[in-house]
Amino acid sequence: MASGIKDKVAILGMGCARFGERWDTDADGLMVEAFEEAVADAGIEVSQIDAAWLGVGFDAQNTGPSGIPAAVALRLPNIGVTKVENYCASGTESLRGAVYAVASGAADIALAVGVEKLKDTGYGGLPTRTRGSRWDMIGVTGSAPGNFAQLASAYRAKHRVDQSDLKRAMAHVSVKSHANGAKNPKAHLRKEISIDSALKAPMIAEPLGLFDCCGVSDGAACAIVTTPEIAKSLGKTDIVAIKAMQVVSSNGWEMQADQWDGSYLHTTRVAAKKAYDEAGITDPRRQLSLTEVHDCFSITELITMEDLFISEEGQGWKDVLDGVFDAEGKVPCQIDGGLKCFGHPIGASGLRMVYENYLQLLGRAGERQRADAPTFCLSHNLGGMPSQNVSSVSIIGPLGI
Amino acid sequence: MPSGILSYGLYIPRRRLQRASIYDTNKWFAPGLAGMAKGEKAIGNWDEDSVTMAVEAGRYCMDGIDRSSIASVSLASTTLPFVDRSNAGIVKEALNLSDNVSSHDRTGSLRAATSLLMQSLQGDDLELCLAADRRKAKVASVEEMNYGDAAAGFLTGSGNVIAKYLGGRSKTIDFVDHYRETGADFDYAWEARFVRDEGYQKILGSTIVDALRELAISGEEIDHAVIAVPVKAVPQKLAKVAGIAPDAVADISMATIGDTGVTHPLLMLAMTLQHAKPGEKVLLASFGQGADVLVFETTEQLQAVNERQASYLRSGLADSNYARYLFHRGMLEIDKGMRAELDEKQPGTSLSRDRKTVLGLIGGRCSQTGVVQFPKTDLAVNTESRISGTLEDYPLADRVAKVLSFTADRLAYSPDPPGYYGMIDFEGGGRMTAEFADIEEGEVEVGTQMRMVFRIKSFDELRGFRKYFWKAIPIRRGDC
Repeated sequence: MASGIKDKVAILGMGCARFGERWDTDADGLMVEAFEEAVADAGIEVSQIDAAWLGVGFDAQNTGPSGIPAAVALRLPNIGVTKVENYCASGTESLRGAVYAVASGAADIALAVGVEKLKDTGYGGLPTRTRGSRWDMIGVTGSAPGNFAQLASAYRAKHRVDQSDLKRAMAHVSVKSHANGAKNPKAHLRKEISIDSALKAPMIAEPLGLFDCCGVSDGAACAIVTTPEIAKSLGKTDIVAIKAMQVVSSNGWEMQADQWDGSYLHTTRVAAKKAYDEAGITDPRRQLSLTEVHDCFSITELITMEDLFISEEGQGWKDVLDGVFDAEGKVPCQIDGGLKCFGHPIGASGLRMVYENYLQLLGRAGERQRADAPTFCLSHNLGGMPSQNVSSVSIIGPLGI
Repeated sequence: MPSGILSYGLYIPRRRLQRASIYDTNKWFAPGLAGMAKGEKAIGNWDEDSVTMAVEAGRYCMDGIDRSSIASVSLASTTLPFVDRSNAGIVKEALNLSDNVSSHDRTGSLRAATSLLMQSLQGDDLELCLAADRRKAKVASVEEMNYGDAAAGFLTGSGNVIAKYLGGRSKTIDFVDHYRETGADFDYAWEARFVRDEGYQKILGSTIVDALRELAISGEEIDHAVIAVPVKAVPQKLAKVAGIAPDAVADISMATIGDTGVTHPLLMLAMTLQHAKPGEKVLLASFGQGADVLVFETTEQLQAVNERQASYLRSGLADSNYARYLFHRGMLEIDKGMRAELDEKQPGTSLSRDRKTVLGLIGGRCSQTGVVQFPKTDLAVNTESRISGTLEDYPLADRVAKVLSFTADRLAYSPDPPGYYGMIDFEGGGRMTAEFADIEEGEVEVGTQMRMVFRIKSFDELRGFRKYFWKAIPIRRGDC
């Protein structure tokens, strides 16, 4: 078995643009905003960057093809810039590229940048697009909420959860994230909401109402990574290291074989097991300090708590209602507001999650800072739809634990 | 062996537009429609056309029939979606008939279906004769009150016929009671009194009389007279002239279904056969630039086929949403929103490659493990067999499925919102994420039993194309 990525790569610096409806700027401007923060944080010259990865979800609305737009916008030296797209895991995928480049020894310092300019589409929600010529003939051209709403129907049927109990738990997920987002100056949505307003919101895709859906935002985030040794040589003391990076793709089993019951994310379970092995985690509920999960929809966050083995299967909704994942709870989830309120610029989201975990580990999270020093911090992405998707689980923490 | 009818099938869309809803909106302009503002008419959903409705009628026709024995498939309609692409050919793919069948589109007259039937009855081959129409009518017109959507089909040939063909008579006269030029949306119709006197009475009436005389059958011998003239009292009057008893005249079904155009004679014949008894003589008469008259005699086989068929006249769903009806016929420009702007271009290449997958809903069954999947792929989903090419064709369209997960989507564009879709598992294996059609709120739950129907998936308005695929509908009481 491979030795894994644990403690082989350190985060030298990170940056994150203010997320939101950024009518004032384009993808280039968003990347620059995040990049300048990251470079200053890293304390390096741009000329020291050996390689870069760019994560973008919808390139037609954003940067256009290739890695060139990042190289031009950031005036990178003539280095390799690789554009990656893996649905909503695109940002995490860019970080994985940079991390693997450093771990392999091919690069001393590597850059990951993720960006998405979604608000040039003219409407809320994600753009509709082709998924390939065969899919377009036989697939359903639904919406992201419609795809994920189906999780709720299957989960409810399997675990015999009353519709009103599940709706209430889903509302709690969103109310919690709004409360967290209100404390985050870079978040897209900074207004607290009540359980009642969440429950009474207009229906988007049954049973998901408006407040069960995350914000669709413009934004960018960056990470500059290097080896722990180089980080130390550059004068860094509190070194945040990569503990695990796992990306798992569906192979058609959920959608085409007859075994998956539609109530959970198969890929997340596989990715979580691999990531815990890689990081040396045996009891995630006890050992994880923080989680930033892919709460594209409230039901996704709730079920992800089970798929990450933090909640027992079928019990996640009870843990939610018990406040386990609130900012002051046992395992806070989305302490920065999550996709729900920080926002969800697809290509940036995976890096934004790591950014929050990084700030929390360094005690730089301001009003949101957890009092007890965090150790293992997890981030999770889910791209595509429950029946066919890519799931990533990344864990970072202090070097050496 | 005598030729005749081996089976029949009907498809009447579920929604029934209340004529009062048309009148209520238009009475400011056309108060004269008041007398017609009662009853209802069958209307196809946005995703139905003459091809999809014909497929449905065809499926009912072939219940219990070996599809590989069918020699030809024909579709009669004045509303064929394609002028140059065999519409019957699309039906053939959806019904998974052999590539060796012949196919024919029949159009040009409301008589197209009876002429087709008459020709098919000349031979011994198994021929599938389908009729479907979905006509548009101008707002506030008499036609709008009358026209309904439906499809009907008959399987003809020799052998165990349910109705023996005794013979028939055709007349062709270019009598222009109404017309629609190629490419036009609407009919232009002449005064009803003129059509009644000079058309129905003279042309159709004389053809009925001539046919009976030539067949040496007296009017009194006719047990059922299916005179497909959608005008009250006219069938009775024509029957009387031919010496047919008043109570033998079939109801024209205007109150509940409407005038279904080319389909109407076949629709009425099928509905008549449903309550006919063995050994009865049935006359079928249709009108359109001339007339067709056919005479049948039912056999002992009729009972078995009648029992096998669904109760087609199960109550439809009353619908008073006139605005939706207009929108679904392209007669009301609704702001569909930007999400409707997705380019629906269909590459001819991929449709050609995946013809059976898309039009026939053919999945694959692994010859090594027996696992069924959709769509068919080079490498099977079950990873035990790692070699390519183990999947054999496996038709899924006629298999019952069960809902595993679903939603009602109000965000994605749907012409009939909310858009219902979900994952379904087929009995015997195989699953897919499918759109659901004709759903009313509260009709679907996890575990609901579904059947597949052939429907329009989307329109490419830019290039004038429509994509077809299969959708799931709940199995309702009375369904096959």
